[in-house]
Amino acid sequence: MNVRTETSRLVPRDAADVAAIVAAATGALEPVGGGSKRQIGKPVAADVLDLRALAGIVSYEPAELVLTAQAATPLAALESVLAAHSQRLVFEPPDFGALLGMAEPQTIGGVLAANLAGSRRVTAGAARDHFLGFRAVNGRGESFKAGGKVVKNVTGYDLPKLLAGSWGTLAVLTEVTIRVAPAPELDRTLVVAAGSVGECLALLGAALRSPHDVSAAGVDPQRGSLLRLEGFAASVEARTRALCDELKCEPSDVLEGAASRECWQRLAGGASLAQSPVVWRISVPPTDAPRVLERLEAEQYLVDWGGGLILAAYEAVDAARVRGALTAGHATLLKAPAEARASTPVFQPQPPAVAAAAARLRHAFDPRGILNPGRMD
Amino acid sequence: MICLPDPDPSLLARRGDIARALRAIVAEGGVVDDDVRLAAYETDALTAYRRRPLAVVLPETTAEVAAILQFAEREGVKVVPRGAGTSLSGGAIPAEDAIVVGLGKFNRILDIDYANRCVVAQSGVTNLAISHAVAPEGFYYAPDPSSQIACTIGGNVAENSGGVHCLKYGLTTNNVLGVELVTPQGEVVRLGGKHLDSGHYDLLGLTVGSEGLIGVVTEVTVRILRRPQTARALLIGFDDVEAAGACVAAIIADGIIPAGMEMMDRPAIHAAEAFVGVGYPLDVEALLIVELDGPAVEVDYLIERVRAIAERNAARGIRVSTSERERLAFWAGRKAAFPAVGRLSPDYYCMDGTIPRRELPRVLRAMAEMQQRFGLRVANVFHAGDGNLHPLILYDANVPGELERAEAFGFEILKLSVDVGGVLTGEHGVGLEKRDLMTYQFDATDLTVQHRVKHAFDPDVRFNPGKVFPTLRRCAEQGREHVHAGTERFAHLPRF
Repeated sequence: MNVRTETSRLVPRDAADVAAIVAAATGALEPVGGGSKRQIGKPVAADVLDLRALAGIVSYEPAELVLTAQAATPLAALESVLAAHSQRLVFEPPDFGALLGMAEPQTIGGVLAANLAGSRRVTAGAARDHFLGFRAVNGRGESFKAGGKVVKNVTGYDLPKLLAGSWGTLAVLTEVTIRVAPAPELDRTLVVAAGSVGECLALLGAALRSPHDVSAAGVDPQRGSLLRLEGFAASVEARTRALCDELKCEPSDVLEGAASRECWQRLAGGASLAQSPVVWRISVPPTDAPRVLERLEAEQYLVDWGGGLILAAYEAVDAARVRGALTAGHATLLKAPAEARASTPVFQPQPPAVAAAAARLRHAFDPRGILNPGRMD
Repeated sequence: MICLPDPDPSLLARRGDIARALRAIVAEGGVVDDDVRLAAYETDALTAYRRRPLAVVLPETTAEVAAILQFAEREGVKVVPRGAGTSLSGGAIPAEDAIVVGLGKFNRILDIDYANRCVVAQSGVTNLAISHAVAPEGFYYAPDPSSQIACTIGGNVAENSGGVHCLKYGLTTNNVLGVELVTPQGEVVRLGGKHLDSGHYDLLGLTVGSEGLIGVVTEVTVRILRRPQTARALLIGFDDVEAAGACVAAIIADGIIPAGMEMMDRPAIHAAEAFVGVGYPLDVEALLIVELDGPAVEVDYLIERVRAIAERNAARGIRVSTSERERLAFWAGRKAAFPAVGRLSPDYYCMDGTIPRRELPRVLRAMAEMQQRFGLRVANVFHAGDGNLHPLILYDANVPGELERAEAFGFEILKLSVDVGGVLTGEHGVGLEKRDLMTYQFDATDLTVQHRVKHAFDPDVRFNPGKVFPTLRRCAEQGREHVHAGTERFAHLPRF
């Protein structure tokens, strides 16, 4: 093993190095791909495990809808390879760079480890739903695999689900296999000028209950309701008419192609909230949204997932108010100064029995507690 | 020949006490421990294996399930959860020293919430009952395992069940929002709900597909979808399987995700046509059914697009459904393929590997060679869109050694699936059936990691013992029973 060591920065060349480093580690390690999400979660005091060398697409079979890549493959590079084959990641990972003031690139492993999904989450699933398999190194330094490299697989526990959203606290992903999807011929967003937030939310619900295959539905209070229709052009045209007839609404604006994608990326990434020092990402049953929004008293907010996701912006962290506003769901402190994140549970506190199960799982993967210790506490 | 763990004699000796204790927990009639009625619980849809449990307990409330599991924890009693018992992989086959917790009385739909597009149901509600309950408002529950008339939503969660439409709409795991789970310690936990994603570890995602190894699911929240306005299908014949496979790849490469895309090989086509007589072409080597659903304008457009792709890919004979009746006729042969094949032979054994689709010709060629070597015929039906193969191996259990040969043949197919980059099971689960092949797909470390997950929930390894993970226990000399197709459980169910 020939590992270059900077001060507290360990730089494996490959997955075997990752295993050797973790096995030999005597202290805490923070797995870092691109580093774009290092400001999310409780601050971690640890040596950086810099995974940048684990980049590159291992195999890509467009007709199989499957792609395998090293975990630290930059997301942008991966998405451009997909685009060249008229495919995409249907879960549309959000980019929090503008919101968090981070210029670092996202990696596919980071997106999966954080289980981040954009606006299409409500109809097409989250990152977890497209995460088919992986190779990883657990906290014992053991290299292991789970899942598979085909789109349909129920062999063994679905560990990709468990690792999705575990923020590097269970294992260090080294290689991931994901399901990819065809890109639509036409991506169209209907902007329906704002009524009250209640009227907007009612419109989103009606749109998602319609048979017109609305793929995303959100509210940007600056613009109004946003409804997305995608697919073959002829179909999108017909569905646009049918949807507007059914909802009795007239779009004030229609965005297509790159403009449509940009609109949803700005919404999911919370770009318009970048000036706020504190932003919560809140998942609730969609019909709870009007009451939750009222109780949140946010200075600014955005709504996505048909009402199921709220980004709420504040000047200061008030976890009791935010979490107290929910009767179901969960609130994650997406953006806050480090000292606030150190003193506030960033992730939703779990009921005791669930927290105990999570702790036992953590112990099973990382008995020494060296991978991102405390990040999810 | 699959070994089951030797029963613990001390548990067998306490059978009477255990049944008495269970009777104190549930309502009268909620414990079955007489041999006649226990016989109904001896097996599931993997009927070649049967074991009589200590007792079957049929709770009616989550509190009763919790009390039963607390008792079992205290007394070290093993537990096998059971829904409708339709598992094809032996997931619900009891152990002789275990109690079966049957969820048959958990049969109520608790909440139909159109505003949030979800349904909350007790775990013993059948898959199809959910779709029926929301049909009046034009909704349905998408995953459609072939046993959906009988299988329960709790069983679907345990097995992460698929179905014909999962290429477009996902497996159970992609359609479940929440569960109520009673842990092996008898604690009731709620994972997920009407909201999306977890605020912490995704224990819901881990629970789905855990094959009854980490607890008993008592309640499930599923998302429901608007039923597509239209569905139409194409029936496309090919002179060889390679051409059919190339057509499937071309459809997907064109950006089309059909609602269903099914392939049958020559023996399956002939068996199906002889059984249902819907006009399948008999002079082709492969038949593809492609179904498109959605808004009428989109479906009409895509039908023509798929037709053009098929014409470019050496299709021989293309039929397009022009009525719902015709669409159902296209499907009738495919849906009857299992019983149709069953008429060719006293018994058949259904396999479930998934392969990268490009490897289909190689796998079929290898299977042809295996037929010679094992002296058994095979018919293939295939979820072509997602690479999930269902080879049906024909055998006669009355001929000494044939069942063993059929199993050996099947295991060789599954190993080949792994060799070409695929997996042992696409939708039926590992269960008892494929347990001993897990070491072929996973190395010792992979399995150790999975074992530790199991132990995090069930440290005493009491839940669904002998399933999914190979054990080191030596096989005792065991007799074996077998069942002919004529007396097969759930013989009335379509299989696909």
